[in-house]
Amino acid sequence: MSNSMMYVNEMVEEASAHDRPERKRRLGILFWICVGWLALNVLAAIFANVLPLQDPLFQNYVSINAGPSLHHLFGTDDLGRDIFSRVVFGSRVSIEVSSGAMVIGFGVGAPLGMLAAYRRGKFDAILSSVMYVFLAFPAIIATIAVLSFWTPRSLFKIIVVIGIASIPVVYRVIRSAAMTIATKDYVVAAKVQGATDRRILMKELLPNVAPIGISFLLIGIATVVTLEGALAFLGLSVNPPTPSWGNMINESLAILQTNPWLAIFPSLAMCLFLLCLNFIGDRLRAHYDVSDGKL
Amino acid sequence: MLIVIVFIITVGAFYLIHLLPGDPAVVILGTGASPVNRAKLYAQFGLNKPILEQYFVWIRNVVHGNLGTSFITQTSVWSTVRAALPIDVEIIVLSQILAFAVAIPTAMRSARKPDGWLDRILSAGSFTLLSIPSFVIIVLLVLFVAIKLGVPHTGVSSYVSLSSDWITNLESLTLPAFTLAVGSYVVYYRVLRSDLIATLQEEFITMARSKGISQRRIMWRHAFRPSSVALLGTAGVNIGGLLASGFIVQYLLSIPGLGYTLITSIGQSDYLVVQGIVLVVSVGVILINFAFDFIINIVDPRISRE
Repeated sequence: MSNSMMYVNEMVEEASAHDRPERKRRLGILFWICVGWLALNVLAAIFANVLPLQDPLFQNYVSINAGPSLHHLFGTDDLGRDIFSRVVFGSRVSIEVSSGAMVIGFGVGAPLGMLAAYRRGKFDAILSSVMYVFLAFPAIIATIAVLSFWTPRSLFKIIVVIGIASIPVVYRVIRSAAMTIATKDYVVAAKVQGATDRRILMKELLPNVAPIGISFLLIGIATVVTLEGALAFLGLSVNPPTPSWGNMINESLAILQTNPWLAIFPSLAMCLFLLCLNFIGDRLRAHYDVSDGKL
Repeated sequence: MLIVIVFIITVGAFYLIHLLPGDPAVVILGTGASPVNRAKLYAQFGLNKPILEQYFVWIRNVVHGNLGTSFITQTSVWSTVRAALPIDVEIIVLSQILAFAVAIPTAMRSARKPDGWLDRILSAGSFTLLSIPSFVIIVLLVLFVAIKLGVPHTGVSSYVSLSSDWITNLESLTLPAFTLAVGSYVVYYRVLRSDLIATLQEEFITMARSKGISQRRIMWRHAFRPSSVALLGTAGVNIGGLLASGFIVQYLLSIPGLGYTLITSIGQSDYLVVQGIVLVVSVGVILINFAFDFIINIVDPRISRE
């Protein structure tokens, strides 16, 4: 969470700062490597059923806690299940939860934020103070509390709870971004020309808010992936034996000394995924000159 | 504003019990509960009374420090919270001292020559750390450091309070404090660095430079104070978040703070303890945020004047 808060801080600071001379940067090779890695992850998650992977739930008692080998690329866990295929299948949970939650968060938060920034006045004042109150409420605690009470748990409920919890943060970022754009000359010009509110919102504001929105979306996804991992530790994520990165790391704790691979591979998969998301998000933000990348 | 937020939190925590689908008595006590226990539960929550009255009864008890009695352990929730809270506070204080001690000097070095080699290394390093969740840090630390060096890394039973044996106490809190410090360091470093870079471009810095004031003095006396506002603002939010994210770290290392208690209570369906901890932590987070807003006004009087 602190990760996204930092982003908000930097964003808000930037949004309120003066316009600085624009200087486009190239996205760089690392950016595209990260995009490629993410695409690979997503594709693998989607086609996990079709790919020649071993059954992630099949327990092979002949090879328990085996190290990496040609037959089991990442080794096997304490029940003889193939870690590699569990890591691939585990990415599904992370990707589903994070994209689902962000659909809810952006679906509600982004239109409200843009509308508030454009309309101003009472609408903005009331909405912003409501959001401020929710923002002050520690989201992770609310998530833990609701999920622990709302049984039986399912992927859908986890998505809904995290999605709702993300609305105020998305609202705040989009609103502050739209705020700077709503006062730009071309928006005023459109207004003077008699463009409808709908047209201004869709044609003037949306395309200009989109880059900031997309880069924050990536950071948001990274935050939710972390959160899902954290929930897995509390036993609040999907139920075993369904693999998820968080579940796997959690399961590995009991046998950390006998089988470190069970901890290392899902951790590595998760960190690489997060690193790529953060890197792409940060690069996009720098590219569109809304951050400290204007040096 | 503070009162409004605290009010909403109490309503939220109160409604947790009512969010349960179906009969709360069944959900809390299980289907096999005896009618006596069920009646006891109804009386405790006043579930037969109108909802508004229930809330007022409950809030009056809370204000008097009565968060109810756990169904599982039969001890008062408040005493459980009071035993666990100091551990959280201690871990957070230790981690913040560590994080600031490293973040401030490194951010200053980075900001002095932005995009220089040292800045690049530090920034890349902070970026990598940003992508490692606290639970992964714990796992890696336990795996590669704690087991090898023999640093104590688990054990509710082995935990001793600060007052009884401070050396053992600090030893057992090294890992959690360090883990939380890593996450905080990244945030503080990045915020302070970007703010310092902006501040160093201000005219009063050029003025100070032209007067021949030393680099060290410019950094500490002229640049750091205006830049520390953003740092403090972030710290307020971050420390609030640490209360929450410290849960997992505590749970993994079996340190009997609030987080550990919360998670074990969730596992045992000890809902009153969950409710109590959620309430205490939420209010705590908000008080911390407000305290930091207050401190910021002292550090930078320009903010309140605007």
